[in-house]
Amino acid sequence: MTARRVAIFGGTHGNEMSGVTLVNLWIQNGKEIHRKGVETKPFITNPRAVEKCTRYVDTDLNRAFTTENLSAPSGDDLPYEVQRAQQINEIFGPKGSPEAYDVIFDLHNTTSNMGCTLILESSKDHFNLQMMHYIKKAIAPDSCPVLLTEHPLLKYSTSRSVAKHPIGLEVGPQPQGVLRSNIFESMRVVLKHALDFIELFNEGLEFPPCTVDVFRVSEKMDYPRDTNGNIIAMVHPNLQDCDWEPLNPGDPMFQTFDGTTLRYEGAGTVYPTFINEAAYYEKQQAFVTTRRETLAAGAIKKT
Amino acid sequence: MEGREVVLPTVSRVALCGGTHGNELSGVYLVRERLKRKRKVEEEDHISVVTVMSNPRAVQQCRRYTETDLNRCFTHATLSGPVTDKTPYEIVRSQELNTLLGPKGSPEAMDLVCDLHNTTANMGLCLIAYSDCDWISLHIYRYLQRQMSDIPVRFIHFDLPLNEAYSLDSVGKHGFAIEIGPQAHGVVRSNILSTMQEGVQHMLEWVHLFNSGTQFEGGKVDVYTMVKNVDYPRDFETHGITAAIHPQLQDRDFCLLRPNDPVFQTFSGETLKYKGTEPLYPFFINECAYYEKGIALSLARQRSVGIPSIRSEREGEQGKRKSSADEMEEEETIKGEMEGEGYQKLMEYGEESDSLNGQHN
Repeated sequence: MTARRVAIFGGTHGNEMSGVTLVNLWIQNGKEIHRKGVETKPFITNPRAVEKCTRYVDTDLNRAFTTENLSAPSGDDLPYEVQRAQQINEIFGPKGSPEAYDVIFDLHNTTSNMGCTLILESSKDHFNLQMMHYIKKAIAPDSCPVLLTEHPLLKYSTSRSVAKHPIGLEVGPQPQGVLRSNIFESMRVVLKHALDFIELFNEGLEFPPCTVDVFRVSEKMDYPRDTNGNIIAMVHPNLQDCDWEPLNPGDPMFQTFDGTTLRYEGAGTVYPTFINEAAYYEKQQAFVTTRRETLAAGAIKKT
Repeated sequence: MEGREVVLPTVSRVALCGGTHGNELSGVYLVRERLKRKRKVEEEDHISVVTVMSNPRAVQQCRRYTETDLNRCFTHATLSGPVTDKTPYEIVRSQELNTLLGPKGSPEAMDLVCDLHNTTANMGLCLIAYSDCDWISLHIYRYLQRQMSDIPVRFIHFDLPLNEAYSLDSVGKHGFAIEIGPQAHGVVRSNILSTMQEGVQHMLEWVHLFNSGTQFEGGKVDVYTMVKNVDYPRDFETHGITAAIHPQLQDRDFCLLRPNDPVFQTFSGETLKYKGTEPLYPFFINECAYYEKGIALSLARQRSVGIPSIRSEREGEQGKRKSSADEMEEEETIKGEMEGEGYQKLMEYGEESDSLNGQHN
C-alpha cells in the first residue's frame, strides 16, 4: 500500500473548535502539515454548521455516510448533511473504491474527560494499528487511549469512513463552542506524530510486528428515564470524569435528583468512556462501556 | 454603619427562574424537578415561591436561545417595544415574563427574582446584580458565603441604571442571577447541580428568616465591580479569532491579572500580554456564549462594601421603612431575636399554569 493522499477533516461537528481552528489555520498556511511525498489536504466538512457554531444543521454529518445516503439520488430536498456527505464522498471517495483517499484524520472534541483518544474502526487495519503504536510511543509518558468502534450494532457511518484508513481524533474535555489552548495543542502534537509516521512509511521504513492495547466498544448505557422519556438521574459524581478507569459491578453509576445512587450491574469490569458527552443526551447515551483487548499488527512496508 | 439599622419590607414573593438560556442545564433541571414535586403548603409565613421555566423553546432545543438572547431583552426599551408577528420569540417572551413577574419598576413586581445560570468559566458560585447597595441581595450573598464552605461565593456588580439593566433578574424589586461554573453547556454535572440546589435552599432560608423578623447584623463584604470586557485578537478580514486564552490565564477567574501577565496565546505560539496599567480581576474567562458577543474575558475591580444591619418591617411599621439605600435611617437599634422557628416550613408552591412556562405557544 501507499499513503500518498491524506486528508485532515475539521468541523464535522461545527462547534468542536480545535479541529475547526487547526484546519482553518492549515488552509491558510499548510507548511506545518507538509510532508515529503504526501498530498495532505485540510478540509472543513460542515461549513454551515461551523458558521453557526452548532453540531449540525439538519442531521449529524458523522452518521450520514451510510450506503443508503451515499447512493440516494442527489437533490436540494435532501437534508444539508446528506448532500454534504455525497459531495465529500465524491471528492475523497468513493467509499470502498480504489480511488478513495488513503488516510483521513477526522478531528473532534468531546465534553468527556477522554484526553487524546484515537478512534479505530477496524481491528484488521494494520496500517492504522502501526500508526497508533507509533503515536503512543511518541507521546509517552502521556497516554493516548485507542477506542475500537468495531461492533455489529454500534458502529456508525463516519465522515472519515470514506477513506481506506480512517482515523478519529477525539480530544477532551472541552465545552462545545470553546477553544482551550491546552486541548488545541494536544491535538496538534498528535497530528504531527501521525504525519511523521506517514512520512517515514513513505520513505520506505519497515515497521515490524507490534501489539496495541485497545478498548473495544461494548454497550451503550442510557440515562435512567421516566415514562415520558425525561432524564431522572445524572452521571454519579464517582463516575464523572473517570473515562478509561475500571467500573466494577456494584460501583456507583447514576445519581437520581433526590440523591439515590444507582449502581452498575454488569457481569464484569468494564472501562467506560464518552462519560457525559453533551451531544449524546439526544442519542440516549450517558456513556459507553468498553473492554480491554490487545490487537496484533503485522509488519508493514510501502509497496 | 454601627448602631444603624435599616428596616425593609418583607420579601414575600420570590420568583425562581431557570432555562433563561436553554442549554444551561443546572437551572433547567432544578426548575423541572421543583415543578414535578410541586407541593402546595399552607401560607403560613408569608412567603410564596413561583418557579418559572423562562425560555421553554430554547430548553426544548437545548440551545442558548432560538432567535435572540432572552437575557438581553429586559431593558425598558425592549419591554415597551411593539410586538408584531415578526417579533423574535424571545422578545415576545420577555414581555410575557415582565407581565407575570413585573412589571419592572412597578409596585406589583416580584419582591425577589433569582435567575439560575451556568458558565463554562471557572467561576465557582457568583451572584450577579446591578446594584452594590441592595442590602437584601448583599445580605443573601454574605449568608451564602458563610453557609457554603465547599465552593467560592462571590458577588459581581454591573453598574447600570435600572432602565438599562437588560437581564431577567432586573424585573423584580430585588434580583440577581446565580451563576455557577465550570460546566459545559448541554451537560448536567451532579456536583454543580448539588451546589445550585444548596445555594437556592440557603437563599430561601435567608428570606424566611428575614421575613420572620430576624435581624441581620451589618459588616463588610467584598464586591467585584465590572470595569471592562476584553475581546479576542481577530483577523482583520474574516473577524475570526487569531489566539486562544493563554494556558496561564485559563481557569484563573478571580486571580489578579497584573500588567504584562499573559492573556492570549496566538496559534503560532506567541504570548500576548495584558496591556492595562491597573491590575484587575478577570472573570467569565473563555465563556462559550461570549465569543459571539466579542468577549474573551471581563475585568473587575474588587472593593469592600459596608452593609448595614437590616430587618423586615413589623406590622404597623409601614411608612417608616426605607427601601433605597441612599440615606440611612436613624433608628434605635432593635435587638432582633433569632426566631429560628421551623425555617423548614418554607412556604413555596410552583405555579404550573401554562402561561408561566410559556407552553401556550
